Amino acid sequence: MLALQGDFREHREMLEEMGHATFEIRKPSQLEGLDALIIPGGESTTIARLILSNGFQAPLRAFCASGRPTWGTCAGAILLARHVDRLDRPGIETMNISVQRNAFGRQVDSFEADLEVDGVDGPPFRAVFIRAPLILSVSYPARAISTLADGTIVAARQGNLLATSFHPELTHDNRLHALFLTIGDTRGGGK
Amino acid sequence: MPQTGTWAVKVGLAQMLKGGVIMDVVTPEHARIAEEAGACAVMALERVPADIRRDGGVARMSDPSMIRGIIAAVTIPVMAKARIGHFVEADVLQALGIDYIDESEVLTPADEAHHIDKHGFMVPFVCGCRNLGEALRRISEGAAMIRTKGEAGTGDIVEAVRHMRTVQDEIRRIQTMSEDELYTCAKELGAPVELVKQVKREGRLPVVNFAAGGIATPSDAALMMRLGADGVFVGSGIFKSDNPAKFAKAIVEATTHYMDAEVIARVSTDLGAAMRGISVSSLPEKELLATRGW
Repeated sequence: MLALQGDFREHREMLEEMGHATFEIRKPSQLEGLDALIIPGGESTTIARLILSNGFQAPLRAFCASGRPTWGTCAGAILLARHVDRLDRPGIETMNISVQRNAFGRQVDSFEADLEVDGVDGPPFRAVFIRAPLILSVSYPARAISTLADGTIVAARQGNLLATSFHPELTHDNRLHALFLTIGDTRGGGK
Repeated sequence: MPQTGTWAVKVGLAQMLKGGVIMDVVTPEHARIAEEAGACAVMALERVPADIRRDGGVARMSDPSMIRGIIAAVTIPVMAKARIGHFVEADVLQALGIDYIDESEVLTPADEAHHIDKHGFMVPFVCGCRNLGEALRRISEGAAMIRTKGEAGTGDIVEAVRHMRTVQDEIRRIQTMSEDELYTCAKELGAPVELVKQVKREGRLPVVNFAAGGIATPSDAALMMRLGADGVFVGSGIFKSDNPAKFAKAIVEATTHYMDAEVIARVSTDLGAAMRGISVSSLPEKELLATRGW
């Protein structure tokens, strides 16, 4: 977990319950030896600044380019996107998605909704959106894997990269985490 | 159908703020400095606690035009304070589009018996505590985030440390109790037994717990994180220091790297003077803010 700011503990707890070892990453040198990385929810302006001030930008770009599974939730999705409105610092800019921050309004507009996610079987996924971004558009090789009822894109996949504008780590449903872990098995699939 | 105002989205925003610094600001210019430095949210208020303390009089909710100006100035979440028990101030703040309401002892209490019933609001609330019982009472009233009270506006960390240690100590004690001891424990804490059981089960508060009240330096922020805080509020400590932009940035880095003394040493170098501060032990009893709230 990139542990500069945000809800990295919730991701850790979910993955450890699933039997995986996790580490909190606060220095670029700690990225070495990791099999996969989660960029958690949090405040994207804060995390973007800490990525720059701690020399994380190039190492994170290299990590994503290495083909290892990388997942951004909410703020993390914003940081993975190539295009973001109203973010005054560059993020990692690696996924071919365009993201609008705080797209649904202020905190009183934060919501929960049931979603179908491509690759997740069973009943709908109860997703929690907190001052959430939305994905305005995706372009090849990225593809949308989940939308709200009105067609708004809220999750996307590009090879080893996964972006969700909601927070599976705030639920007790680990199916998105399980999906993320399968990315490593199909690496290079380049979907 | 999408559902708004649920407990998960109220608690969820606090979870997103973790590991971050929430800064008191009194103008849009301050808010921009705070955001630029990496604050994860700002607290909009008319006077920082140190000035409230100095000026005396009745401290109330801020002017809506000032709150609107701060909301317009930044993209990070904006919080604001309502007086304890003043549910109309809270209604007004919700209508203004505030992201989190602090029902705060820093303002002059409006009700000396009852806090706001926070369940009825769409917007989440943060409340102060000095101990576990107080924290759980606020959570039972609907607070989705807790902070230690500390002693606001002093720049003296001693009360924040006392309150954080007290909460953590009481949580550890509950974990050593047997189930049948929890009922009397709940009675003594003055808290609902269901929440006491949850604390025993999870080994922590049911909601995010930040430190507040007296944090003035990067080391203060890291100390509170080491004691188990999920993040920190800095009130007067930023804009009463010599170099607010630099102090703000240093406190943000120290909060992220709270376990790394080398980083804290680096960001603490050549910062200029911290806020001058007042030692809490020199304050007369009636000037203490932390004793407000019940």
